[in-house]
Amino acid sequence: MPETRYSAAINRALADAMAADESVVLFGEDVAAPGGPFAVTRGLLAKFGPLRVRDTPISEAAIAGAAAGAALSGLRPVVEIMFMDFMTFTMDALVNQAAKAHFMFGGQCSVPMVVRAPHGGGLNAGPQHSQCLEAWFAHVPGLKVVVPGNPADAYGLLRAAIDDPNPVVFVEHKGLYGSKGELPESPAPVAIGAARIARAGRDATVVTYGAAVAWSLRAADALAREGIETEVVDLRSVQPWDEATVLESVGRTRRLAIAHEAVSAFGVGAEIAACVSAKAFGRLAAPVARVGAAFMPVPFARSLERACLPGETEIAAAVRRLMAPA
Amino acid sequence: MTQAPLLLELYRRMATIRRAEERLSKLFADGEVPGFLHLSIGQEAVPVGVCAALERGDTVASTHRGHGHALAKGMALEGFFAEIMGRASGVCAGRGGSIHVADMSIGMLGANGIVGGGLPLATGSALAHQVKGRPNVAVAFFGDGAMAEGALHECLNLARLWQLPLVFVCENNGWGEFSPHERQFAAKLAALGAAFAIPYEEADGTDVEAVAAAARRRVEPARRGEGPQILECRTPRWRGHYEGDPQKYREPSNLDAARGQDALALAAARLAAQGVDAEALGAIERAITERIEAAVAAARAAAEPDFAAAVAGVYAEARAHA
Ligand SMILES: Cc1ncc(C[n+]2csc(CCOP(=O)(O)OP(=O)(O)O)c2C)c(N)n1
Ligand SMILES: [Mg+2]
Repeated sequence: MPETRYSAAINRALADAMAADESVVLFGEDVAAPGGPFAVTRGLLAKFGPLRVRDTPISEAAIAGAAAGAALSGLRPVVEIMFMDFMTFTMDALVNQAAKAHFMFGGQCSVPMVVRAPHGGGLNAGPQHSQCLEAWFAHVPGLKVVVPGNPADAYGLLRAAIDDPNPVVFVEHKGLYGSKGELPESPAPVAIGAARIARAGRDATVVTYGAAVAWSLRAADALAREGIETEVVDLRSVQPWDEATVLESVGRTRRLAIAHEAVSAFGVGAEIAACVSAKAFGRLAAPVARVGAAFMPVPFARSLERACLPGETEIAAAVRRLMAPA
Repeated sequence: MTQAPLLLELYRRMATIRRAEERLSKLFADGEVPGFLHLSIGQEAVPVGVCAALERGDTVASTHRGHGHALAKGMALEGFFAEIMGRASGVCAGRGGSIHVADMSIGMLGANGIVGGGLPLATGSALAHQVKGRPNVAVAFFGDGAMAEGALHECLNLARLWQLPLVFVCENNGWGEFSPHERQFAAKLAALGAAFAIPYEEADGTDVEAVAAAARRRVEPARRGEGPQILECRTPRWRGHYEGDPQKYREPSNLDAARGQDALALAAARLAAQGVDAEALGAIERAITERIEAAVAAARAAAEPDFAAAVAGVYAEARAHA
């Protein structure tokens, strides 16, 4: 299978979706003529023309709100918010409008829209350009939240997100855009809500998503050298999340750590830990562990950011603690 | 025409900003500045001209391109460089970086990573001046790109309704990231001012004396309680949106035209006509370079920020009850 960059996989998914369905339109800041701030949308204006691929002014509230309105009126908009930090401006459109329209209007309509945004640190971009805010959206009934961790999933999940009749927040990672992975010649959509066992193991389960999948796999390599076999479950979407796969894995390994770049407090890990404690308490051989960023704004200085964000080392340490005799 | 001593001082402030940013550009290329770096080289006349009309107690809210605002409002070079280089001795203890330089002690409410983010902050700062009965004004610096954010429109309305001592200062450099202003905004700021009955004035953002004079004309009525004011300055963007931006989206002629507008060269020519010779300017430049090199050396020698202190610094301490 050919190797493809994460950003190119997203570009291909957008192109394929637009070719398959002319109601798919694309807009956002600098996405058309300049080809996107991270070059993800390069070439799409030339392919699909200015009616369907548009640059917007710096107006995030209107971008998201107009996507919702367009979705109510027959389009399938895919919009880009340049950094996930700026999703704050889209909250009304997503939370009060898009998420609720299908329910609130008695099922008359649906809101098939996708908001793409990159989250994550590692670039010393400071407190307002590094946040992982996916848990906010996962908290809202009516929204779906997808977080692909490799190029094939980025392609397949984006196709599924665009096909989905519900508003989907599609979370990319700035640090993954340049990463490579295999993408089949004719890639297929990937169902939203189905996790993937990224590595099988018998001793402990690490549930993770996004960029933290690669960190978890590296941690699993290190742990394997110590004789600890770690199963890594890539959730791929956090709303809905694949409870069955997680429960099945934990049922076998009896030990669970949840790892993500976002802060732990009130996060995805908290939800999964609560669910596993409620449904598999008797199977657990150790308390559930969570690995996340320190509870602080993502700081600028190199040394501070490194200390704030979790990685392979913290994940491996958490698994070792799970394995320690009580 | 302005007396030479004042223009000379304005020149010195503009040159300080330009040389500081040129130094940052080099430090960035050498890997000594982490993160993103947005430079305001070419735009120095706007912050310097506007801040020349301000008092220490006046407040300014800035943008992602905020180095000029910080230095013109009086930020010390040591804390400025140390912040942008990520040191404990930085004005924000190394937690914010270039895009968040701030110094509350001089009324500099922060550069801002959010386009339009400074506008409501300045509006609120003006409210505080009004409520406390202080003889101060607030200034909201914003780029032409921010005109498309709802925040501007909401703040114009609120400031006018409440007659706040607020001056909106638009630095119109013709670009918002990779797109020209004409493709991003369908109206004119002057017309927006008229719609809200807010006095509007345009100044040549390359001419520091013109900006200073216009700023005085806007700041004084705001200070007297006559309500908000707008000043729009046309100013050139000499650099990419950020350092490292290859600017493929930009015609070379556009870049050449921008570089032809040089606030420092204009001020230097006027000073020469007034009898200030190249020798005197050279002495000023040398003094600036010395101060900058001292600040860079101090930053290099400074400690990395302490992580435990940063973690402990998320919430402020509660005030003790009297
Ligand atoms: C809310 C928000 N949207 C988008 C961005 C990304 N961004 C940073 S600067 C910029 C362009 C701003 O243009 P302008 O206001 O004219 O300022 P200039 O860069 O020209 O000084 C954009 C889109 C941001 N930082 N914040
Ligand atoms: Mg601009």
